[in-house]
Amino acid sequence: MSERGGARVARGVLLSGVLAALLVGGVILSSMLGQLAVTPTEVVGSVLRATGIPNGWAPTDPIVESTLWVVRFPRIAMGLAVGAALAVAGAVMQAIFGNPLAEPGVVGVSSGGAFGAAVAIVLGLTSFGVGTLAVFAFAGSLLATMLVYVVSRANGRTEVVTLLLTGIAVNAFAGAGLAFLLFIADSGGREQIVFWQLGSLNGSRWQEVAIVAAVAALGTAAAIVLGRRFDILALGERNARHLGVNVEALRIGSIILVALLTGVAVAFCGIIAFVGLVVPHVIRMVIGPAHRALIVASSFGGGALMVFSDLLARSVVVGADLPIGLLTSLIGGPFFFFLLFRQRKRSGGWA
Amino acid sequence: MISATGVGVDLEGTTVLDGVTLDVVEGEVLVLVGPNGAGKSTLLAVLSGERPPTRGAVTLDGRELGAIRHRELARLRSVLTQENTVSFPFRVSEVVAMGRSPWARTIESRNDIVAVADALDAADVTHLAHRRYTSLSGGEKARVSLARVLAQGARTIYLDEPTASLDLRHQEDVMRIARRLAGQGRAVVVVLHDLTLAGAYADRLALISNGRLEAVGSPAEVLTEERVERVYGLPVELHLVGGKPVVVPLRE
Repeated sequence: MSERGGARVARGVLLSGVLAALLVGGVILSSMLGQLAVTPTEVVGSVLRATGIPNGWAPTDPIVESTLWVVRFPRIAMGLAVGAALAVAGAVMQAIFGNPLAEPGVVGVSSGGAFGAAVAIVLGLTSFGVGTLAVFAFAGSLLATMLVYVVSRANGRTEVVTLLLTGIAVNAFAGAGLAFLLFIADSGGREQIVFWQLGSLNGSRWQEVAIVAAVAALGTAAAIVLGRRFDILALGERNARHLGVNVEALRIGSIILVALLTGVAVAFCGIIAFVGLVVPHVIRMVIGPAHRALIVASSFGGGALMVFSDLLARSVVVGADLPIGLLTSLIGGPFFFFLLFRQRKRSGGWA
Repeated sequence: MISATGVGVDLEGTTVLDGVTLDVVEGEVLVLVGPNGAGKSTLLAVLSGERPPTRGAVTLDGRELGAIRHRELARLRSVLTQENTVSFPFRVSEVVAMGRSPWARTIESRNDIVAVADALDAADVTHLAHRRYTSLSGGEKARVSLARVLAQGARTIYLDEPTASLDLRHQEDVMRIARRLAGQGRAVVVVLHDLTLAGAYADRLALISNGRLEAVGSPAEVLTEERVERVYGLPVELHLVGGKPVVVPLRE
């Protein structure tokens, strides 16, 4: 027992190390690359100087300094926060649906959030401040999550087919709503709505980063607290209840949590699909399904994935900034298909 | 002691259980038998506090069962349901350890490791401890679920058709475990279909028919040819083997 337990701990340590290396590497790489090339020593030096440690590496050119602190760092920080929020939302959603294929993008929670944000744009409410957008996106996400939850569950579990069909319906409905809003919006609003549908970290500001980071951190902490209960929920709703879990309260709390995490991500960066699917899945394969470790690792993994995706998004085509949602879907789509295929083979059908 | 008094349950306008008065006594194996749809599982759900009765009352040592909080109830009684799928590929040892969760942050939790090891051993699944639950066969899953319920360490244990997917030897094993738990002073309530198995291991047998308690008593008192034939609508022969009733359907 101890030998195998030791192997699992070793895997956990290895995963943490790999994730940390990816994160730090990704952050430095992403700070260096762009129209204005910055050296890694300048990046490290600038960060050290900002934390109050004077050093010889820090850039002397004020343009380099402002490129880092006004453009690149907020964008990277936003990537970390959004990636963490989406990955944790995915892990929580999979736990309450009892289904490893549940994901905010796939089942329409992201579209719901985008619809909510678009409503705020068209009604001209964004002038009340950035928070308004977030509130509307949260409301849209919450509505979509509740809808999916009520419609697609039977006997405490969700069959793959029902989940996907519900997702199609919710996505279609939110899509129609978005199309209608596009139709009635003025040209400025239209541009903004299109941005929401594609997703991007471009133009992130510190003020927005602070909101997303705060929600992501609080949401992740809440998910970690609920982690043991998510484990027990894997036994099925009845068994969880017999083990003393207040399933109804857990369910409601988790729905709000998913809507909050997804809503805040969508409000500022648009629809970035499949992060919540790919990240928890890969981590589950490495360290197993226990939720506490899964959620912690997912938050870092999601951040790392976003930083690299964003780096790719702004460097694949020279001088152009691809929407990041396009990239994650490009990777996530085939991955999703592979998971579906595997699940179908295992259960001998689509159920 | 858990007592049900005049318990009835209505589901969507149909009465599925009516006027059942039954005590669950510590140190005793109580077996619930009856035809399909007679209300055995509903009675089990009522006795375990999962379903509040429409009529009547269920009390645990005089306290209303519905008034006990989830977590406290989980320390007082454990339930093996027929639903034993697990959504994610947890290891067998992790699944069984989940049975200890009601004791988290109590002094009892110092016994977690021993309780899990004992439960794995009792259900004969120690050799599976490192396997992924999702990769097990139906019978193995059933035994691991039993181990989880045993690890919970409650004074009252409900087993809903625990022998359903098990082979002959493991059926006997499960009932022997039930006997041993009763020997430790716990109350054990088991739903079974096999009347012979029920007759061999029950201290008391409750025969349910059409939502009513048809008879309660020792297996020899309850299982008579006339009664089994009437309740199940099938002529049977009763033999006594080693003093225990064996029920054999009359075949052409």
